[in-house]
Amino acid sequence: MSKDIYVIAEQRDGVLAKVGKELIGEATKLAADLGEKVVAVVLGSKIKEEAAKLYAYGADEVVVIDNPVLKSYTTEPYAKALTELIAKCEPNIVLFGATSIGRDLAPRVAGRVHTGLTADCTGLAIDEETKLLLMTRPAFGGNIMATIVCKDYRPQMATVRPGVMKALEKDASKTGEVKVLDVALTAADMNVEILEEVKETKKAVDITEAKILVSGGRGIGSAKGFDMLRECAAELGGEVASSRSCVDAGWIESDRQVGQTGKTVRPELYIACGISGAIQHVAGMENSEFVVSINKNDTAAIFSVSDLGVVGDVNVIIPKLTEALKKYNAEKNN
Amino acid sequence: MVGFELTKTQQLCKELFHNFAENEIRPIARDMDEKEEYPRELLDKLQKAHMFGIPYPQELGGAGADVLTYTLAMEELSKVDASTGITLSVHTSLCCPCIYENGTDEQKERFLRPLISGEKIGAFSLTEPNAGTDASGVQTTADKDGDYYILNGSKMFTTNAGIADTFVVFALTDKSKGPKGMSAFIVDRTMEGITVGTNIPRMGIRAASNCEVAFTNVKVPADRLLGKEGGGYKIAMTALGGGRIGIGAQAVGIAQGAINEAIKYVKERKQFGKNISKFQNTQFKLAEMQTKVDAARLMVWRAAVEKDKHGNYAPLAAMCKLFASETANEVTRGCVQLFGGYGYSREYPVERAMRDAKITEIYEGTSEAMKMIISGTMKL
Amino acid sequence: MKIVVCIKQVPDTTEVKLDPKTNTLIRDGVPSIINPDDKAGIEAALTLKEQLGGTVTVVCMGPPQADVALREALAMGCDDAILMSDRAFGGSDTYATAHVIAAGLKTLDYDLIITGRQAIDGDTAQVGPQIAEQLGIPQVSYAAEVKTAEDGAVVVKRQFEDRYQLLKVKTPCLITALSELAQPRYMTVSGIVNAYNKEVKVLTFEDVKNNLNPDFIGLKGSPTNVKQSFTKQVKGAGTVINVSADEAVKTIMDKLIEKHII
Repeated sequence: MSKDIYVIAEQRDGVLAKVGKELIGEATKLAADLGEKVVAVVLGSKIKEEAAKLYAYGADEVVVIDNPVLKSYTTEPYAKALTELIAKCEPNIVLFGATSIGRDLAPRVAGRVHTGLTADCTGLAIDEETKLLLMTRPAFGGNIMATIVCKDYRPQMATVRPGVMKALEKDASKTGEVKVLDVALTAADMNVEILEEVKETKKAVDITEAKILVSGGRGIGSAKGFDMLRECAAELGGEVASSRSCVDAGWIESDRQVGQTGKTVRPELYIACGISGAIQHVAGMENSEFVVSINKNDTAAIFSVSDLGVVGDVNVIIPKLTEALKKYNAEKNN
Repeated sequence: MVGFELTKTQQLCKELFHNFAENEIRPIARDMDEKEEYPRELLDKLQKAHMFGIPYPQELGGAGADVLTYTLAMEELSKVDASTGITLSVHTSLCCPCIYENGTDEQKERFLRPLISGEKIGAFSLTEPNAGTDASGVQTTADKDGDYYILNGSKMFTTNAGIADTFVVFALTDKSKGPKGMSAFIVDRTMEGITVGTNIPRMGIRAASNCEVAFTNVKVPADRLLGKEGGGYKIAMTALGGGRIGIGAQAVGIAQGAINEAIKYVKERKQFGKNISKFQNTQFKLAEMQTKVDAARLMVWRAAVEKDKHGNYAPLAAMCKLFASETANEVTRGCVQLFGGYGYSREYPVERAMRDAKITEIYEGTSEAMKMIISGTMKL
Repeated sequence: MKIVVCIKQVPDTTEVKLDPKTNTLIRDGVPSIINPDDKAGIEAALTLKEQLGGTVTVVCMGPPQADVALREALAMGCDDAILMSDRAFGGSDTYATAHVIAAGLKTLDYDLIITGRQAIDGDTAQVGPQIAEQLGIPQVSYAAEVKTAEDGAVVVKRQFEDRYQLLKVKTPCLITALSELAQPRYMTVSGIVNAYNKEVKVLTFEDVKNNLNPDFIGLKGSPTNVKQSFTKQVKGAGTVINVSADEAVKTIMDKLIEKHII
């Protein structure tokens, strides 16, 4: 019988990604409802030691599939390895991060084992009666939410948006043995050849990690408006983010985009500057702890998702706010 | 067109024109107006989408669409930018038809094909300082000299002059015969003796090129004569007769574009505690304006369909131009009024629409000239 | 090179709004468009065709109304169009959709299949890889650039969040296109005129039944089902202030201090 929740914890360059820890955190809740275990799975090369850290984040068991072929991600060896794991272990649920890796790998595996897969979930729960996994995700550009179930096929599979679930606090006292699953993989399993793999340093800023975001929309007027936001963000110790329209206008890089087609963020403070609050944008920031929005238009939709809405010109208010913050910081340091 | 519904082909073309205008022109339209310059890159983009030969056969490198489709292009582009409308219109429905309807096969191959493909831009040089509505007042001369005609004179308000490669120029080959001594020539911009003046400062359609063109002993090879000597006046009048359908469509576009802006604005603008769209004055004003624009559009379509059928479209074209151009002026004024002070500012596009609308009552035949044509068919 | 592009007709979700009274989707008047990632795929295919010669066939599964999406693709320059349309295909989830499309693709000769990364109405990004799995060919998703190597293989720049890979993959293969892959060209007017003079081939269940398992398609053959759908509860509005800039800044500062954010 299918049993237990398997979290495929992603690693890049031998370092675990945050989303895996988030998924383990969520999986512990689901596992409690089901009375099952949380098994973290790491695929890679020489990753046993790194994988062991997942015990501290709530995994009941950690399994690695360790093979030089798995060092860098490519679809086929990863898919083959996971298919074998699923055949051997018969998991009830398999969760992936909805990253560019998870969203490549999960559909291939689900297709191979012939089961259902729900993409980009933002909510997971266990149905009290049927014990089915309820997978909730936005659809229609974030306009509606749909709850999906996979009744007749196992495992139940989902990819989950990074930044949506919360990782457990690290508990270093929790440790355990890392199990190794042997899968016969050779270079012949690679059906693509990696000619080059290049890390892009300019993409290093991850707005999903920022505690404070100062985000700009069309209302800031131009690419120069972001300089003003950067200055304000610097005083706050935060980062700048953006709505889709500014990215489309070429005012800022796309990795700063918050929303349905961008990133989901949940910072402690989100300052929306000249952002109208289209539902596609709101979908990516509504879980922020505290939202301040500044908009000229007193009927802007962003106000309905803000803790504090300010009707006014961002190009006047933000520089003044930056000044006030500078003063505040200077006084605090004295 | 069957009834009042566009065919699938026409609908998809309309979508193309709409998307092109929104994506490629809207972001720069205001800037074009301010700079009074038509960007070369935009001409290239129009060429890539095959916009310069819409109602011409594919055998000649055209799109193979009908005149109605061409009016859809004029409307959709003019909704966003009337300068693009006139640039395309003078090329497509004034310059090209002269060659298409009167040129020999050799002339079509040599001169029309590059125009229709958009590789070259066309202009139409008829109006002179002393020949406006009364085109018979043309004074430019073309004297035969062996295998050449020698052109002398100057033309006023030639649209596209600054960007055109090929001009259809009207000149007298026989001064004694008045209009019957007028002939049409295909002239290259590069010919010696042609001077294109600077852009004439204007009230509207400011991004379009419009200049004076002077001809001083320009040697035009005789094989560039269109039709017969003395046939020029008729060529010009026929071209203008069809061109007016495009101007009617341009006027409809200017008006509809302004209404669309107004609708957006009145839904946002609040006065006396509510959106001004909720006031009956606003609603009635917009209803009246939209009704007139729809009526004008149907008149444009009727004239276009008649031209596609090779029927007697000229009076219908005159009527649609008269009504559409006057509607465009009334509607754009009304839209500026709905915007209040913001409508008068250059921040919003309705003031540009109002300035652009005026010329539609003037060029390719003034409203008064239209009334002459229409009343001329009424057996008065 | 024989290229097949799979496209989806989708509602322009940026135009979809919620009725604030009923909290339901307003779908009236929302235009249907070719999914943006798919359109980038069409452009990439046309560019490859211009460089290498060959043909571009565009395939769409959908209702009869999806015909216009195929006409648009033809008007952009694609050579042939196939509409996979049958009530039996309706209600398919990603697995079942991939099963149907793969059955249609098996009737074609292809070197390269291009799909969009994901559709804007579903955002799943699953159908492309699942088609590749059904056909048993390699996939490269998240393609930001594509070109061909001298030996006829395809070289794809595969984009990740923090890096890219340059991958070489032998044909036949499938790639899923990011919208960055290519800026789609406009249709041409002549293209539109010609598109409506061409035939869009329709494939029904009968036409492809030998290539698929009828138990694996449609609503019944879909492993996943929608249990319920609902509109999101938006976060309640807080205070909105309309005061001078200086007062506004003071209010913001007070709040940030009160909330221990600064």
